[in-house]
Amino acid sequence: MRDYVLRVNELDVHYYTDAGVVKASNQVTFDLKPGERLGLVGESGSGKSTLALAILRMIKPPGRIPHGQVMLEDTDLLTLSEEQIRNVRSRDISMVPQGAMNSLNPVMRIKDQILDTMVDHNLGLSTRAMEKMAADALRAVELDPRVGNMFPHELSGGMKQRACIAISIVMGPKVIIADEPTSALDVVTQRQVMQTIGRVQKDMGSAVVLIGHDMGLMAQFVDRIAVMYAGSLVELGTIAEVFGEPFHPYTQMLISSLPVLGRRGVFEGIPGITPLLRDLPPGCSFHDRCPKVFGPCTQRVPELLKPRADHHVACHLYEDGVPTTNGIVQDKDVVAT
Amino acid sequence: MRYSFKFVARRFVLLLVIIWSAATLNFFIPKLTPRNPLREKLLQEATRSGYIPPGFEEMVASYEERFGLNAPLWQQYATYMSDMFSGNLGVSIANFPKTVAQLVGEALPWTIGLLLTTTIIAFVLGTFLGALMSWPKAPSAFRYLVPGVLIFGAVPAYVIALTLIYFVAFQWKLLPIGGGYGIGTVPDMSVTFALEVFKHSLLPALALVLSGLGGWTIGMRGMMVTVQGEDYMTFGEAKGLKSWRLFYKYGVRNAMLPQVTGLALALSFIVSGSVLVELVFGYPGIGTLLARSINQLDYFVIYGIVFVIVVAIGITLFVMDMIYPLLDPRIQYERD
Amino acid sequence: MSRFHLILRYLKRNTPLAIGLGILVFFILFTSIGSLFVETEAGYPLGAPASVAPTMNYCPRIDPECETTEPEAYIFGTDGQGRDMLAVAVQGTWLTMRIGLLAGVIGVLTGTILGFASAFYGGTFDVLIRWMVDVLLTVPGLLVLVVIASSLGDQTISITGMGLIIALLAWMGPTRTIRSQVLSMRERPYVMMARLNGMSGPGIIMRELIPNLLPYLGAGLVASVTGAVFASMGLAALGLGPLREPSLGVTIYWVINQNAFLRGLWWWGAVPIITVALIFVMLFLISVGLDELANPRVRRSE
Repeated sequence: MRDYVLRVNELDVHYYTDAGVVKASNQVTFDLKPGERLGLVGESGSGKSTLALAILRMIKPPGRIPHGQVMLEDTDLLTLSEEQIRNVRSRDISMVPQGAMNSLNPVMRIKDQILDTMVDHNLGLSTRAMEKMAADALRAVELDPRVGNMFPHELSGGMKQRACIAISIVMGPKVIIADEPTSALDVVTQRQVMQTIGRVQKDMGSAVVLIGHDMGLMAQFVDRIAVMYAGSLVELGTIAEVFGEPFHPYTQMLISSLPVLGRRGVFEGIPGITPLLRDLPPGCSFHDRCPKVFGPCTQRVPELLKPRADHHVACHLYEDGVPTTNGIVQDKDVVAT
Repeated sequence: MRYSFKFVARRFVLLLVIIWSAATLNFFIPKLTPRNPLREKLLQEATRSGYIPPGFEEMVASYEERFGLNAPLWQQYATYMSDMFSGNLGVSIANFPKTVAQLVGEALPWTIGLLLTTTIIAFVLGTFLGALMSWPKAPSAFRYLVPGVLIFGAVPAYVIALTLIYFVAFQWKLLPIGGGYGIGTVPDMSVTFALEVFKHSLLPALALVLSGLGGWTIGMRGMMVTVQGEDYMTFGEAKGLKSWRLFYKYGVRNAMLPQVTGLALALSFIVSGSVLVELVFGYPGIGTLLARSINQLDYFVIYGIVFVIVVAIGITLFVMDMIYPLLDPRIQYERD
Repeated sequence: MSRFHLILRYLKRNTPLAIGLGILVFFILFTSIGSLFVETEAGYPLGAPASVAPTMNYCPRIDPECETTEPEAYIFGTDGQGRDMLAVAVQGTWLTMRIGLLAGVIGVLTGTILGFASAFYGGTFDVLIRWMVDVLLTVPGLLVLVVIASSLGDQTISITGMGLIIALLAWMGPTRTIRSQVLSMRERPYVMMARLNGMSGPGIIMRELIPNLLPYLGAGLVASVTGAVFASMGLAALGLGPLREPSLGVTIYWVINQNAFLRGLWWWGAVPIITVALIFVMLFLISVGLDELANPRVRRSE
């Protein structure tokens, strides 16, 4: 019996450019349980948004998916026809876009942009029924249904993002992929929009994949968190596990770079720069920035290990089984010997 | 209510300024030169008949009085302006009893008919081609059309017209070589006459469409490339829209807007091009009338034609300004 | 040497620019080598026998012994008024490009000065310039030139005079582009930095703005030259040019006026038509190429 609604299995996404093959996603594997909120974090260029596009099968040439599965319940989306995958979008898996400012068609009224989505999915409903659904969707995101008669330029940034959310929830999808849904908004609006997403998701029972780089926001919103680095999944676990005891050195640095009240002036960044996806270092792609690098790191790509049932990590430090107390190995030589 | 009084008023003032500038230019430029068109014209007539009649100077003087050229400059200007705005464009020197308004009135329907049809065809066809060329799902044949269409767009219409005349009309004898209708045909309202007019306008129309097509195609292709990178296209695809809707309602609909602005800017260029095409074909429109008047030194007709064309362009621009907000809701005319 | 190689390598990627410049080189060679072989008078009426089809050995009927002596070659034929079409092609291309360059350079210079002044001084001056540009751009330039040229009279117009008249209406496009570019560049960080560092107004213009405006000035020059060539040919074709000169526009005027095709003299029309078409295609390709040079973004998205 499956306990997931969406399963991404050993997914590779490669872009074939003149300069070489860009590996935007390497063997990424994770499950999404029904109604669950999963966070997907990583630096810009770590392949988060590519993963979102790959799930909806919207990778454009020169990009391709040479290997992997995207299972929506019992169907592998990668084997569907063009027309079938089009029907999955919005109805089963919907997306809340990243650039809310420009994600709405500037020459169409909001209502028409909700309706055309439904019309193109042949719901077999009357126009009146669909208009009612559209109005309900707007109400669900705390917009006055009269907003439907307005054009995008007449809305504020927060209202636009709400309108986008209304579009993506109108057909009650099983999975909502929110790709940095608040990146263009001010802090107060960010919070309101996140609350709205959380509430409609709970009401509909959909699962959410929240993509972002804001660890603080993640900690408040999601149940489980997946950390990506240079196209690979490096750590996956419940919020309590990952924040309480981060395994991967990269995750440890991400969390310690969060500002803490009362500790002014000590801002810790992560030294080094993200590697180019077309020119990844051999072995673990994080080894040149890792403070705990040792023998195998430069030799082999680490596999996703399961030191605990609900906490996975891809790091050579944990190959011998249970990590040391508090998860942090103080000196790499200790492990090496 | 989309239009505010202020918006309409501002555009209307621009229209008036355009017309006023054209009229003023028409009045002053000839005054700046040492030439006296009437004297020259009469001299030309006189030399044609072989001798300069006695009393030539008196004749010039009487003509000048008749055309009001003896009054002080400001008074001439005032009379001229009031004449212009009331549609009195003066009389033709070469076809004396006929007024300029009459001559232009006879030629104008031909030009408007030809120009309106060809501009619309070139615009729609070019926009369509440009959109299809940029659409990844379109048949690849469209992408091979590029070089041919672009080369035609670079060459002036009258050069294409001359080439068409040589091959289609002269060598292959498929279509008439020029004119608006056959020699010896009496214009009437019959179907045969309409067909004949149609046959005669095919080649000029083809030349204008071929030369206009390229520009619209390039413009639209460029805009479509830009639009396809927009977030609303990505979101539209993620919404699971059918690809025709994404192409037409999201892509083309937005890429169209700069095309329409471009049409307003290209208007004066299109008119210049068509004047020469008419001349090449001897098509009985404004262009041919202009060339004939230049050969006959018929100055008032030349000035009249330029004035009428500028007014026509001004009015077209005004109408387009009024239509544009219907296409682009972002342009707000209620306030501002 | 390495710089030369770099340019060649760039041209390989930028096909339109390469072909456009190729045609330009061809024209330069054609006119310069051609002018060594062609006598100036041959391009004027009665400079050659009339209505000779293209031939390598032409013998006038009155001279039966010419084949043994030296037959004349008219590889492009001669027109109905006795011009050698080869001479017309050589001189006409040069005359046409001269008018175009003269008017284009004047237009771009005037446009640059007015654009800078308009952007820097603002106020009433800016408003005035903007209105003039807007109004003049809506009026068909060719027709305004018709009024001016017909008032001046065809007798007095020389090739240079023609260029000057056309330059009167070649400055609006450059003014508009330069003005908007200067306005946007003025706000960019590097100009702000220069100003904060105490660089003077003219210093900023010469060292910071002009280098960044170069691609736009180049594109503007090509556009102005194209417009000027179009206008000069249009005026000449309407009969408002120097009708004795062997310019391409004037030749087209005579082709239309003398019914060259109906008289079967196809080469009379073919020579100016092909040359004119080639000139416009060349200008178009160069402008597309320069566009790619100035906005690499366009290139990448193709």
